[in-house]
Amino acid sequence: MSEAVVTLGPYLFIVLAGMLPTIVWRWIGVFAAGRLKQDDEIFVWVRAVANALVAGVIARLILFPTGALAATPTELRIGAAIVGLVAFLIGGSRIYVGVLAAEAVLIGGWFLLFV
Amino acid sequence: MIGVASIPCLVLVSAYIGFAGLARDSGVSAFEASFMTAVVWALPNQVVLVGAMVGGVSVFTAALAVTLTAVRLMPMVVTLVPLLRSGGAPRWQILILSQWIAVTSWVVAQTRLPKLPPEARAPYFFGFAVTLATVVVTATGVAHATIGHLPDKIAGGLYFLTPIYFLVSIWGTSRLPSDRLAMLIGLVLGPVLYVYAPGPDLMLSGLGGGTAAYLIGRAMRRRAHE
Repeated sequence: MSEAVVTLGPYLFIVLAGMLPTIVWRWIGVFAAGRLKQDDEIFVWVRAVANALVAGVIARLILFPTGALAATPTELRIGAAIVGLVAFLIGGSRIYVGVLAAEAVLIGGWFLLFV
Repeated sequence: MIGVASIPCLVLVSAYIGFAGLARDSGVSAFEASFMTAVVWALPNQVVLVGAMVGGVSVFTAALAVTLTAVRLMPMVVTLVPLLRSGGAPRWQILILSQWIAVTSWVVAQTRLPKLPPEARAPYFFGFAVTLATVVVTATGVAHATIGHLPDKIAGGLYFLTPIYFLVSIWGTSRLPSDRLAMLIGLVLGPVLYVYAPGPDLMLSGLGGGTAAYLIGRAMRRRAHE
């Protein structure tokens, strides 16, 4: 744990660094409703920033995993993610189709590599 | 609640199982992880927060990274509020309800609320959201306690649910070319900065990659209009 977590205690850290920075945007959304449209330039930029940030999180979880997943080859995880995204796109944009396809490749490949 | 036993909600629960594993490996306890789910209620923000808790950054840097992740919730709230208020619910009730607006509840609400009479929409969303939150908070704790005892291939598959869920759900809610371009840039820039600038890496790849995607997208739209 980082020094800041130890100093503040984990729960206060979660409230200050997790809960407040999140709830602020939900409340701004409530007050902005009716005044802003979803296609305003500020939203387009905000969504791009958030998407790039979350994409960084996705890449980190796939390339530098923790726990049991760390035992799998990087290529298998990247391949499974690509297959999942392609299956999602051709499977009528249903999230579970993408998730199941990616999991099938990951676990299937895992069995083939380490029987 | 019929809405909770739906496929999007089942996928959400499984993605939270992966999160519980990540939290456990990062030294975040089961109660801390469940508490985080209850008060933050946005999975990407929680993953960023867990990373900050082990990464040794200040509470200010952690809050900044989480807030940049959270801005994507604002447009969702903006589009859902007219539906929730259509039955005459006062603003203080909407402020409370907004706590449970995140990708999955937003998708479910967008499809189900318009089919209900206006005065039933806010109460339905309240019941749906609180039920879903209770299930997911419980699942976070239970998964935290059990994932270490599962066979490797099952645990690994559960860990993999979180990134793959983000990947398809955020790609699916992207509407403009700049949204998808931002994802592609972030997928490449994120790991590079993680290696060369650990700590502020997510903030940098979000602001830098996102702004670049926005500017390219705007230039493309302008050219299309000419």
